Amino acid sequence: MSLRKIKFDKKIVLSFWIILIALIIAAPTLLPVFRLNLLGRYLSLSIVALGVDLIWGYTGLLSLGQGIFFALGGYCAAMYLQITSSSEFPNNIPEFFALYGVEKLPFFWEPFRSPVFTLLAIWVIPALVAGLIGFLVFRNRIKGVYFSILTQASLLVFFNFFNGQQKLINGTNGLKTDVTQLFGQMVGSESMQRIFFWITAILVIAAWFFAKWVVKGRFGNILIGIRDDEPRVRFTGYNPVIFKTIIFSIAGGLAGISGALYTVQSGIVSPQFMTVPFSIEMVIWVAVGGRGTLLGAILGAVFINYAKSLVSEALPASWMFIQGGLFILVVTALPEGVLGWIQGDGPRNLLQRFGLKRKIETYPSLEVNNKEGNNE
Amino acid sequence: MNNKDLLNLIDITVSFEGFLALNKLNLNLKKGELRAVIGPNGAGKTTFLDVITGKVKPTNGEVIFKGKSLVGKKEHKIARLGVGRKFQSPRIFENLTVKENLEISVTTPKSPLNLINKSIKDEQLNEIYRLMKIVNLAQKVDSKAGSLSHGQKQWLEIAMLVGQKPDLMLVDEPVAGLTDEETDLTADLLKSLSGENTVVVIDHDMEFIRRLDSNVSVLNQGTVLCEGTMETIQKDKKVIDVYLGRPGD
Repeated sequence: MSLRKIKFDKKIVLSFWIILIALIIAAPTLLPVFRLNLLGRYLSLSIVALGVDLIWGYTGLLSLGQGIFFALGGYCAAMYLQITSSSEFPNNIPEFFALYGVEKLPFFWEPFRSPVFTLLAIWVIPALVAGLIGFLVFRNRIKGVYFSILTQASLLVFFNFFNGQQKLINGTNGLKTDVTQLFGQMVGSESMQRIFFWITAILVIAAWFFAKWVVKGRFGNILIGIRDDEPRVRFTGYNPVIFKTIIFSIAGGLAGISGALYTVQSGIVSPQFMTVPFSIEMVIWVAVGGRGTLLGAILGAVFINYAKSLVSEALPASWMFIQGGLFILVVTALPEGVLGWIQGDGPRNLLQRFGLKRKIETYPSLEVNNKEGNNE
Repeated sequence: MNNKDLLNLIDITVSFEGFLALNKLNLNLKKGELRAVIGPNGAGKTTFLDVITGKVKPTNGEVIFKGKSLVGKKEHKIARLGVGRKFQSPRIFENLTVKENLEISVTTPKSPLNLINKSIKDEQLNEIYRLMKIVNLAQKVDSKAGSLSHGQKQWLEIAMLVGQKPDLMLVDEPVAGLTDEETDLTADLLKSLSGENTVVVIDHDMEFIRRLDSNVSVLNQGTVLCEGTMETIQKDKKVIDVYLGRPGD
């Protein structure tokens, strides 16, 4: 049975790769810029979904606050773009400051003049914030639903703080990036958006390989161990707090990268990135795609969001119902998610139900090997 | 207390909101000893293990292991000091394979950096194969632990315990749900482990305890009622009253 499964998985993975590479190569020529830009955004969302899969699918930590780290990454990118494009505005600081009578750049903006600092900050700052929150929560052995509530509460704290800071980061209006300049070109321009699409596509693949590297081997096994039986991991001599902090921090860093890519492709970052529904949606993408599969997180993020934009165009206001329905369907009928269902015996069982496939014998190994089985 | 003792429990009291799960319990273990602990339900057997492994902090009293106090130490620290525990119902990682389960137990050091960076050491891999042979799971290397039978799960957990190389093994009901034959094999296995290791076995099964042929401590109402060989305790009047029942009952 295991042999069969490995072959099956390999086929899936191979065909996935072919389709993926073909899509990425074909997309910029096939799709109008508007659609390409949407696809780019959804691909960037799949990076935050990968993080959710690492912490939830593998480690069992259901975070409802990934929006915090997503937005932090977005703000880092936007601050850099705003500050490097502010030479024609009064005091050489971003335009919005003038609205609130601010004449001097707040101190924390200063390092964002440096592109190197910004590229680091995009993932390091969210990772550090996640690590800090995580460490405090995990050290106090806050688990399960209390952890989820706490992350959601943190999300609301961040949301309200960012919403109220007009003089620091333009508060509820957020920071626009589409009219800023990068390498002498407007960030919102077609050619720049094409470049961002490529960068996103490459980073999604890189993030996927990174996530696979993290979960393979003994480190990943400990994460699964923590998910399934944390006290047992403790009694074996491991300190779950460190492992949970590390993986939560990694997920935060991925969320930051995702947020930065999303920001430059959607043209704005605002506290809307830290609303409660958005962070819950991230969890839904992973649940639908398949927990603990990594690939499922990517597919879930891209397809659900694409469906969202298509449905919203055709039937405005109906998306929330469809999304809710989808979530209920997955939770009740496909608890492992779509990919988990395919990797399990889902399709075979379905065919059986319609009488299209012979029922598996009690001893699968006999049927698969088919050697000793027919001796009688 | 003397230097040959591996573990001393001194006047341990555990109070759960007024209910005394353990009441001034005293127990000493020598290095290499095999000790059986029996007692009726609610006598405090599992709490006794919880106190040693750091899951429960005693309200009063001291736990001295290898000359150091364990009270207030975190579970994983105590485990690293050399206290291993096997749980009552088999607690293995069902979604991992037999080999992966054993990898978790034999890996040292147990730091994230070691786990993510390096592959498992050869001697640890050899140890895994040795353990799998001992507990007859060599055929099941890559099977999910969840697919094992109950007895195989019990044995996998015992193998994980041994793989941890603890100085003190705490074994909670290792033969619950095992066949007679498996029970006998488990008793032999535990006997062979003592000497080099110090083993504490908690169980109800009298036949099994008798077969261990070790000193027995009888717990009752959170305290040690009586200690001695099986013959001694079977003749002890207090033990007969609370636990064994009178002959002919």
